[in-house]
Amino acid sequence: MIVHSIFFYFFSIIAIFSSLMVITSRSTINSVFFLILDFISVGCLFIMVGAEFLGMILLIVYVGAVAVLFLFVVMMLNVAEQKQSWFIGRKSTHIPTGLIVSVLILLELLVVVGGWKYKEDVMSSSTLIISDISNTHQLGLVMYTDYILYFQLAGVVLLLSMIGAILLTFRERVGVKKQSYLKQVSRSPVTAVELVEVKSDQGVKIDD
Amino acid sequence: MMEYLQILGQEIYKIIFLLVPILVSVAMIVWLDRRVWGLVQKRRGPNVVGPFGLFQTLADALKYIFKEIIIPASANKVVFILAPIVTMTLALVAWAVIPMSEHLVLSDINVGILYLFAVSSLGVYGIIMGGWASNSKYPFLGAIRSAAQMVSYEVSIGIIIINVLLCVGSLNLNDIVIAQRELWYVIPLFPMFVIFFISALAETNRPPFDLPEAEAELVAGYQTEYSGMMYAMFWLGEYANILLMCAMGSVLFLGGWLPIVDIYPINLVPAPIWMILKILFLFFLFALIKAIVPRYRYDQLMRLGWKIFLPFSLVYLVLTASFLFYFDKLPKGNF
Repeated sequence: MIVHSIFFYFFSIIAIFSSLMVITSRSTINSVFFLILDFISVGCLFIMVGAEFLGMILLIVYVGAVAVLFLFVVMMLNVAEQKQSWFIGRKSTHIPTGLIVSVLILLELLVVVGGWKYKEDVMSSSTLIISDISNTHQLGLVMYTDYILYFQLAGVVLLLSMIGAILLTFRERVGVKKQSYLKQVSRSPVTAVELVEVKSDQGVKIDD
Repeated sequence: MMEYLQILGQEIYKIIFLLVPILVSVAMIVWLDRRVWGLVQKRRGPNVVGPFGLFQTLADALKYIFKEIIIPASANKVVFILAPIVTMTLALVAWAVIPMSEHLVLSDINVGILYLFAVSSLGVYGIIMGGWASNSKYPFLGAIRSAAQMVSYEVSIGIIIINVLLCVGSLNLNDIVIAQRELWYVIPLFPMFVIFFISALAETNRPPFDLPEAEAELVAGYQTEYSGMMYAMFWLGEYANILLMCAMGSVLFLGGWLPIVDIYPINLVPAPIWMILKILFLFFLFALIKAIVPRYRYDQLMRLGWKIFLPFSLVYLVLTASFLFYFDKLPKGNF
């Protein structure tokens, strides 16, 4: 047990430290790196409590894909300049908004954790099957039977947001030459090469 | 407390016995790669240092060790030094779950394949960090290309893994191997094997998808500013990743440590040797492709990943699921 707690405190100290560094570090790139460290240590904590599937999915989805995009955006935008005006500017709305959101999250956490701790019937019992089958199978058994509708609904919401994101960023560009692979492959010397009599001083118009 | 120390000692012993062979085989594999490359182009390849030039990589590594490490003045030093370390560590750490035989595996975890997938998807960080921290144009362009490429091809690799998992019914790598005792998955899932192989080429930035280090356009991509030992670490990590992808391919499709046919004289050959032979076979294909295929253009690469591989593997997933369901062959859980 002592080794277990040593590892637990190790990962949780790293997680808390890095989440503090995310919001306090001066350079935005560094905060993204600390965010990644935070994700990884939380993933390790998940694995320590036996939720190995969740831990791995956290690593794959958040660290492997989402944080890469974060890093991308932060590298491409020059966020360091805007950062100054967020804190110094008089009409900053970011701090009140952030406060409201964080108070809401704190309230939600209090309700959930309090309910879980002191009122047994708040939680439905089917989520906590305790048996010797593996974590992944347990999740599958619950997700594809009792909660199949919510699961599908979540998929539909994600699909909708994906379509929305594509629509928002889509712009039709004019004057762009598109290559048709079928055309390129199916060309033969007979149709591709054209012999032209070039008159002197006039040249040929190649592009049409 | 004493027994913990003892367990720790045993684990460290095992880890060293895993890491040393991997590092040596990475060195050998670099030699093999250059040798195959040379033979395809009717050259001899490295053949001077040691018998058949086998020690060429060691000589190269020595050269890198004694070279000066130059850190650009405008680079972000911490991230710059961290990048090759991250690449190398992630490439080696994934080997913990690769089963060389039923019992010869460092940690036989329940979610082995997810762990492999997670670690290989983290590999992109070494490249992005190196490219960004160099604070120069070519490395940054290379890093951006590589990030987009690796994230795109991971999607289809994920769906291919789901294909295999549907047939197995377990995320454990040893279970995946044992489920192929009757039939290697390369036969029923052959299209998936081809797509996996090509995606693995893109995932490890190998030719024909080596756009992140396309020397004609980007000098050397994300590793332009690296020198000496740090360059060697990038290079070792890259080859360890390639070997890892070959191991993953042989576990998922070629029956891992299982013998080719389970008949008397053939199944006497110990399991690790089969695994090594399969990894070598896949690596030989990697090396051949490096020699014979010209580099893709970037838009072709993206089109291949998103418009061909992703829809095709999704359709094949539906086909596999329907087949298993219709013929009542879904794995009856061993849980």
